[in-house]
Amino acid sequence: MTGHYLVLSAILFTIGAVGVLIRRNAIVVFMCVELMLNATNLAFVSFARMHGDLDGQIIAFFVMVVAAAEVVVGLAIIMAIFRSRKSSSVDDANLLKY
Amino acid sequence: MSGAVGEAMSGAVAAGAHQTGESAIFWILAVVSVAAALGMILVRKAVYSALMLAAVMFSLAVLYAVNEAPFLAFVQVIVYTGAVLMLFLFVVMIVGVSSTDSLVETIRGQRVAAAVAGIGFAVLLLVGFGHAALPRATGLQEANGNGGNVMGLARLIFTKYVFAFEVTSALLITAALGAMVLAHRERLTPKPTQKELSIRRVRSGRVSPLPPPGTYARHNAVDMPALLPDGSMSELSVSPVIARRRTGTHEDLRGETPEVAARHETATVKAVVEQSVEVEEDETK
Repeated sequence: MTGHYLVLSAILFTIGAVGVLIRRNAIVVFMCVELMLNATNLAFVSFARMHGDLDGQIIAFFVMVVAAAEVVVGLAIIMAIFRSRKSSSVDDANLLKY
Repeated sequence: MSGAVGEAMSGAVAAGAHQTGESAIFWILAVVSVAAALGMILVRKAVYSALMLAAVMFSLAVLYAVNEAPFLAFVQVIVYTGAVLMLFLFVVMIVGVSSTDSLVETIRGQRVAAAVAGIGFAVLLLVGFGHAALPRATGLQEANGNGGNVMGLARLIFTKYVFAFEVTSALLITAALGAMVLAHRERLTPKPTQKELSIRRVRSGRVSPLPPPGTYARHNAVDMPALLPDGSMSELSVSPVIARRRTGTHEDLRGETPEVAARHETATVKAVVEQSVEVEEDETK
C-alpha cells in the first residue's frame, strides 16, 4: 500500500508545483505551496509506517510547524504588498525590475 | 498455545479486513483529493481555491489516520483546516473576495510550458517510484505499542529530536514577531478624539443622522429619495454614489423614471397631509 500513497503524494506535489507556475494571485500561489508541503507529509507518514518507526511522523510534525510559521509570515508579506500596491498579483510586485 | 495461535489468526484476519477497508478509503480519498487539488489550481476565485484546499487537507487527515498516525491526523485538522485555512480566508476577505485572476498571460506560452514541465515532473517521479523496490509495510504496532502513538512521538521529540524542538520554538517566536512587524502600520495622523469628532459634527451643520431612503414613500429602493413629513424630497437620503449612477427604471414604477415617480409621490403625500390637517381643524371646531 505504501506505493499507492507515494504515487498519490507525487501527484498532489506535481499539481501544487504546476499551480505555483500558472497562478498569479499570490494567495493562490501560497495555497499551492501548502499543498506541496502536505503532499510531502503524506509521503513521510507512509514511509514511517513502512519502516515501522515514528521518525517519519516526527519529520511530518516539524514540517507542519514550519509551514504554520511560513504561512503567518507569508500572508503578512502579502498583506503589506497589498496595502502599498493595491494588488495581490505576483506580476505587479516588480519594483526592482528596472 | 492454541490461544496464542487463535489470537495470531484473528489478528491476521483483522489485518486482512483492515487492508480491504484501507484500500477502499484510499481510492475514495485519492480521487477526492486529486480532484480538489486540480480544482484548486483551475478555479479562478481565491475563495473557491481555499475551500478546495480545505477538502484536500481534510482527506489527507483521514489518510494519516489510516496510516496509523492519529496524532498527526488531529494536528492536520486543527492546524491546517482550522488555523492555516482560516488565515487564508481572512486574507482573501481583506484583499477582496471578488478579486479574480485575469486570464491574460504575461509571459507568452507560460501555461503550456508549465503544463509540460508538470507532466514531465510527474512522469519522472512516478517512474522513480515504479522502479523503487518497496518492502512490505512493517506497521507501527510495535512503535505505537508502548503507551500509544502520542507517547511514542513525545518520547522521540523529547529525546532524539529535542534540539530541533527547541529551535522550533525560536522559529515560532520569530514568525510571530515578523508577522506583527510586517502587519503593523504606522499611524501618520493622530487619532481623532471623541471631543474633536463631536466638534466636527456640530460644525458640519447637520447633527442628526441622515434620513433613510423610503421614509414616507411607497418604494423602499435605496435610490428612491425619502419624503419628508411636509412632502418634499430629501436628496440627503440617497447615497451620493447611487444618486450619480441613477439610471433606468424600476419595474414597479409603471414606466416612469424615478424622478417623475418621486414627484408624483410628493404630490400625493402633500395632498394627504393637507387633507389630514383639514380634518384636524374640523375636529378642533
